[in-house]
Amino acid sequence: MTDLTSLTIAEAREGLASKSFTAAELTDAHLAAIEAARVLNAYVLETPDRAREMARAADAKIAKGEGGPLAGIPLGIKDLFATRDIRTTACSKILGNFIPPYESTVTSQLWRDGAVLLGKLNNDEFAMGSSNETSCFGPVTNPWRREGSNTTLVPGGSSGGSASAVAALLCMGATATDTGGSIRQPAAFTATVGIKPTYGRCSRWGIVAFASSLDQAGPIARTTRDAAILMRSMAGHDPKDTTSVDIAVPDYEAAIGKSVKGMKIGIPKEYRLDGMPAEIEKLWSEGAQWLKAAGAELVEVSLPHTKYALPAYYIVAPAEASSNLARYDGVRYGLREPAKNIIEMYEDTRADGFGDEVRRRVLIGTYVLSAGYYDAYYLRAQKVRTLIKKDFEDCFAKGVNAILTPATPSAAFGIGEKGGADPVEMYLNDIFTVTVNMAGLPGIAVPAGKDTQGLPLGLQLIGRPFDEETLFSLGEVIERAAGRFTAPRWW
Amino acid sequence: MTAAAAPHKLIKRATGDWEVVIGMEIHAQVTSNAKLFSGASTAFGGEPNSHVSLVDAAMPGMLPVINEECVRQAVRTGLGLNAKINLRSVFDRKNYFYPDLPQGYQISQYKSPIVGEGEVSLELDGGRSVTIGIERLHLEQDAGKLLHDQSPTMTYVDLNRSGVALMEIVSKPDIRDAEQAKAYVTKLRSILRYLGTCDGDMEKGSLRADVNVSVRRHGETALGTRCEIKNMNSVNFIGQAIEYEARRQIEIIEDGGSIDQETRLFDPDKGETRSMRSKEEAHDYRYFPDPDLLPLEFSQAFVDDLKAQLPELPDEKKSRFITGFGLSSYDASVLVAERESAEFYETVLSGLADKTRDGKLAANWVINELFGRLNKEGVAIAASPVSAQQLAAIVGLIGEGTISGKIAKDLFEIVWQEGGDPRALVEARGMKQVTDLGAIEKVVDDIIAANPDKVEQAKAKPAALQWFVGQVMKSSGGKANPKAVNELLKSKLGV
Repeated sequence: MTDLTSLTIAEAREGLASKSFTAAELTDAHLAAIEAARVLNAYVLETPDRAREMARAADAKIAKGEGGPLAGIPLGIKDLFATRDIRTTACSKILGNFIPPYESTVTSQLWRDGAVLLGKLNNDEFAMGSSNETSCFGPVTNPWRREGSNTTLVPGGSSGGSASAVAALLCMGATATDTGGSIRQPAAFTATVGIKPTYGRCSRWGIVAFASSLDQAGPIARTTRDAAILMRSMAGHDPKDTTSVDIAVPDYEAAIGKSVKGMKIGIPKEYRLDGMPAEIEKLWSEGAQWLKAAGAELVEVSLPHTKYALPAYYIVAPAEASSNLARYDGVRYGLREPAKNIIEMYEDTRADGFGDEVRRRVLIGTYVLSAGYYDAYYLRAQKVRTLIKKDFEDCFAKGVNAILTPATPSAAFGIGEKGGADPVEMYLNDIFTVTVNMAGLPGIAVPAGKDTQGLPLGLQLIGRPFDEETLFSLGEVIERAAGRFTAPRWW
Repeated sequence: MTAAAAPHKLIKRATGDWEVVIGMEIHAQVTSNAKLFSGASTAFGGEPNSHVSLVDAAMPGMLPVINEECVRQAVRTGLGLNAKINLRSVFDRKNYFYPDLPQGYQISQYKSPIVGEGEVSLELDGGRSVTIGIERLHLEQDAGKLLHDQSPTMTYVDLNRSGVALMEIVSKPDIRDAEQAKAYVTKLRSILRYLGTCDGDMEKGSLRADVNVSVRRHGETALGTRCEIKNMNSVNFIGQAIEYEARRQIEIIEDGGSIDQETRLFDPDKGETRSMRSKEEAHDYRYFPDPDLLPLEFSQAFVDDLKAQLPELPDEKKSRFITGFGLSSYDASVLVAERESAEFYETVLSGLADKTRDGKLAANWVINELFGRLNKEGVAIAASPVSAQQLAAIVGLIGEGTISGKIAKDLFEIVWQEGGDPRALVEARGMKQVTDLGAIEKVVDDIIAANPDKVEQAKAKPAALQWFVGQVMKSSGGKANPKAVNELLKSKLGV
């Protein structure tokens, strides 16, 4: 029997249906893989008992012909998603041993469709970071290494645990969230497929909030087809989240293999940065040529406000975060540092409970919302946001179906290599991805090649609102042309 | 008309006349079954933390969903205040840390409230009236409650109120003295209760006022520095606090000092206000639009529909009482002041065979006999031993001439004590007014025959006729119809 963990979701679905193996066997294979890969620190909580129980239930349903679209598929869940009766921490010390009495809408839809929970995945604390180094559980290791090097690399962030686990075959797919690039950047760093859907496509209910107007859940998987399969279960309107949109969820998988002939692909000139590595430049034009070869038309487009996106993002996101994180005050749940009065209790709890990066962003956010600074920072950033949105609207109004860009300005870097002296160095990782969150658009990262050191690189496709299907169709064209990338196992 | 043009009380001092300028922020708890952004119950008096949803406790990942009934209530209230309804409004976060505020922010409306400018007209003693401008009304969440008396070392938090919907109704600084301020709160409370949008129960904290007070020399137009007296939950205390605060401020200025803008608390035991926190200590609330909530938008048709179903409000009811039944402005005001008394009067009216004839009489009976008695005995109108139907029957009996006003008072007493159908009681106990001319004539003749000297007096001086009327009424046990007696005497004596 081939290693069950190397199957795609689509393949496993076939195998389960044809009774080649059981969900219990599939889950056990993954539990064993997880155990053997603890060095990667991808999981912050393993739930083998729950996993086996859910797998048995899936087998019973499959036997009765009642298996859902994800029956028996073992998944990892980013620790930002509340899982009922299972510790949920957002990888922050401040949540301590928090066990929610509720299940996030997105994960409950996965369980409804038969998926199996393997455990909770590591992430940057409160999803704040681009390298998964800010987690209170320590950094995650990327299964990918530079050729001939033992240097430990980051998997990107904030969904570093999700990307690492999917790439290292520790789950068949994972949930992730993306506020400024947290799905697409780690996907690009690990040769996995990650899609951030349109804002409002997935419910945010039960997902620990970072920046409410930017946060969106999405899957990380090994293929575009698998990402499409997961998306269908994760998406949908939720009356408990008034920013979720009541639009029918299409069969995303049907978009895989659909012709892209005649589609107009925008190549934004503003994404050609000074000093951009030649290999990124090369990858980008290669990707464009693959799409052209599949019948798409390439057009140069302009997104003139791109250069303001990152600074504006680092005002809007911390502003919302400073308010969203106010509830972690030591009063009702999570960490409490006893003190002699309430003010000191707040101060001690929050100083001890939040890591450096979270504290930095809470401070920035508090500052930009303060009386006298609000207009100069927050209000101005919102205006920039409107302009960024309009850039894209103008582009799509000219008939452009999707925009192709690099996913990241570089391949994965070493742990401790970036941002130590200047946090902006780390923030620059999101330069190609934040615009998409600011505009609320869907964006997909697909593996497209390797750099000279043998590290994976990804391309990003940005779509029209609620047109994730086009992204899956185009993404699969690139995937087919570029081939599959599997991290050599060294652990 | 603005309040400045209306007559109001100035504070006379050796240094000249001073004017008080008052603006109020009323927090009115919205009458609704569920909270503003969660499905938890709003019932008062539950066990601590028994009406708390995951949203109210601000658990990670929880999101607010607007309760449409609260929106309807705010719009109804806006319409009742003749205010502009904003078809688009925005919820903002007001950020501050306090253990009774689980989210670390209150969801409120800052720059774009649901209701804009409106007005409330007040009737003051002596028939004066004044219109107070409404600046805005917005929806916001209430906070929880801290319990300091449960443990010697710890403070407990009860989140039952956390997230309950409040309407903050902000007046313009149009109020000029304590009397107007009290009348304003009373009137606003009455409007809210008519609308059914707030129960107005100040003791339970359903209606609280923050009172902004400043003073200036009479004739000045610029506003003085204000102090805000927080969380007042009694109309009388509001009056006392304003009187105290105005004098305090005047004395400071007269002594050459200046007023510090600050928040103050009223101590009802000492009858004084004292400083709570200064402007420097004031929070920077870092308001910004709540990214969890889309702007609140509804159509004009939604507003029109609510408007069409609005109940009759005190001002309209009052003018209908005056024009329809000839009530005095004062009587009409008394009846409409409370929704319950107006409803009682309306029920009496509906029990009358001839409303136009007896409407005014009914008002007198409701106000003087019934309310007088209820007040005296300390009984609430809802528990009145005499029902509106019974009172209507008594008034009807007077109006149609079956009983006299004097007998009616006896009848009222019987109904109050024993109950029963007034009409049946009149029959059973022989209380009917005698209108039979034959029977009255016999009595009149007897009295004339027995008092020849009085007859002479009456002939010389017709005012002396009243002595005969009294005698006849007396010997008929009050049942003779006074009008018939009068006419009969006049013809017999030829006066």
